[in-house]
Amino acid sequence: MTAFIKDTLIGFWSLLAGLGVTIRYFVKPIVTVQYPREKLTMSPRYRGHTEFIIDPETGSHLCNACENCARTCPSNVISVTGVKVAGTKKKRAVTYVLDYSLCSLCGLCVEVCPTKALKFSDEYRLAGFSRQDMIIDVIARLQAQQRALGLPEEVPPVPEAEEAKTEETKGGEGES
Amino acid sequence: MMLEKGIEEKTFYLNLGPQHPATHGVLRVVLEMDGEFIANSEPIIGYGHRAHEKMAELRTYQQYLPNMGRVDYLHALAYNQCYCMAVEKLTGIQVPERAEFIRVITSELNRISSHLLWFGAYLLDLGAFTPFLYCFDDREHILDLLDRITGSRLTYCFYRFGGVPVDVDEEFIAGTRAFISRLRSRWNDYDTLVTKNVIFINRTRDVGIMTPEQALKYGVTGPNLRGSGIPYDIRKSEPFSVYPLFDFEIPLGERGDVLDRYVVRLQEMEQSLRIIEQALDKLPEGPIMAEKVPKRLKPPEGEVYTAVETARGEFGIYLVSKGDVKPYRLKLRVPCFSNLSVMPELFQDVMVADAVAILGSLDLVIPDIDR
Repeated sequence: MTAFIKDTLIGFWSLLAGLGVTIRYFVKPIVTVQYPREKLTMSPRYRGHTEFIIDPETGSHLCNACENCARTCPSNVISVTGVKVAGTKKKRAVTYVLDYSLCSLCGLCVEVCPTKALKFSDEYRLAGFSRQDMIIDVIARLQAQQRALGLPEEVPPVPEAEEAKTEETKGGEGES
Repeated sequence: MMLEKGIEEKTFYLNLGPQHPATHGVLRVVLEMDGEFIANSEPIIGYGHRAHEKMAELRTYQQYLPNMGRVDYLHALAYNQCYCMAVEKLTGIQVPERAEFIRVITSELNRISSHLLWFGAYLLDLGAFTPFLYCFDDREHILDLLDRITGSRLTYCFYRFGGVPVDVDEEFIAGTRAFISRLRSRWNDYDTLVTKNVIFINRTRDVGIMTPEQALKYGVTGPNLRGSGIPYDIRKSEPFSVYPLFDFEIPLGERGDVLDRYVVRLQEMEQSLRIIEQALDKLPEGPIMAEKVPKRLKPPEGEVYTAVETARGEFGIYLVSKGDVKPYRLKLRVPCFSNLSVMPELFQDVMVADAVAILGSLDLVIPDIDR
């Protein structure tokens, strides 16, 4: 009988001690971030999707469409095309598109880039309603950033083959 | 008439899972029930199979790096480390000491976050909701610290062949020191809230006893093995990285019951804090990346086995190279598969309520089993 009473008292005490911890923290300040109303600041190395670094000298990106990032990507997220710029031997990116829904955020593309043209964006509100919302046009994003900074917009060089094609189609329309 | 013949004794089957909050993933356990007691049990695995081993054969060495964060997502950095160690051993890359220190610090932080998550989720299984909130508060600090240098919060892909891609900064070091003292001040609360709680003790003491013989028979490793009193820890028995430089102990249990496994994990967190503290004190200057690591890695022909101690036990990688840019074969030795195998023996003749307590105490990560 005494053992029973002792057990009950110890049990009751352990319950009160636990409640004591709860009450002590109850009066401490709240640490929760009220997310949709408060915007979070991302850490400096936060890995969002990739975007182009704006080079301070040219005011544009440094991508020369070498496709190293596209080849090193484990999930084939990146598709990049480029053409040779007239007058120079260098290539320049025409399109740079990410399928972000496949990305596993390893960061290999940023590390492998020989011209250091890529960085991670701090965009974290990336929810969308369709798969199409996950496809990110990095050059369009760069143009938007350039507009915001008041810089001249990046004009991707037009591939020669496409130029010829557009002329052909125009001619075709005229004939009919 | 019926009573004279006697009631027919029949067992019935009960499914625990695959969609059950106590299985922490898609694990299905078929329980053959004799009334309230379990007569037989059989785990059915494979719901989360993603062919990680096959994927290795189809990708280059670098491209397989992000996979390692997704086998055991709770202690991803140890898996990162093991894979990098295997490739480094095969290729003969020497990792600079500072990089090894950074690996140890981040991996131990990750181990604490894994144990804290287990602590919260396990007590949630037992019906205690409050401790979950406290340990997730602490875990959040670790995630913020790791986010600061690795860039992600859960499925890390941080280590590279030959070192680490980014260095730690002063703010990370100060933040880690602050976190160590913060977590140490919380042990008392955890003890008052859980370890000394009579309901908790009654539910865990002498439940699910795993004898050392059983543990060895099934190849159980990690805190589950140490809870049974066998001092086996890869960090001590087959030291890797810079672990021999640190002074830490291996916590052991005596009876091998659920409470012992719980206590071992709590003490292990304190030991991890000690390792981090020493590593921060001794952190050497120097490069963080080995020189001359080729971008297109082609290890010579050969085979290696490397093992690390993760939060759940021994994780090993057996890697065979035929001198190509892709591995010829990669075999993952995952701790949870062995830890799960012992479960039917522990489930023998226990009640369903205890079965949940035992299953939780094994700290299984189902994607790790299925991989």
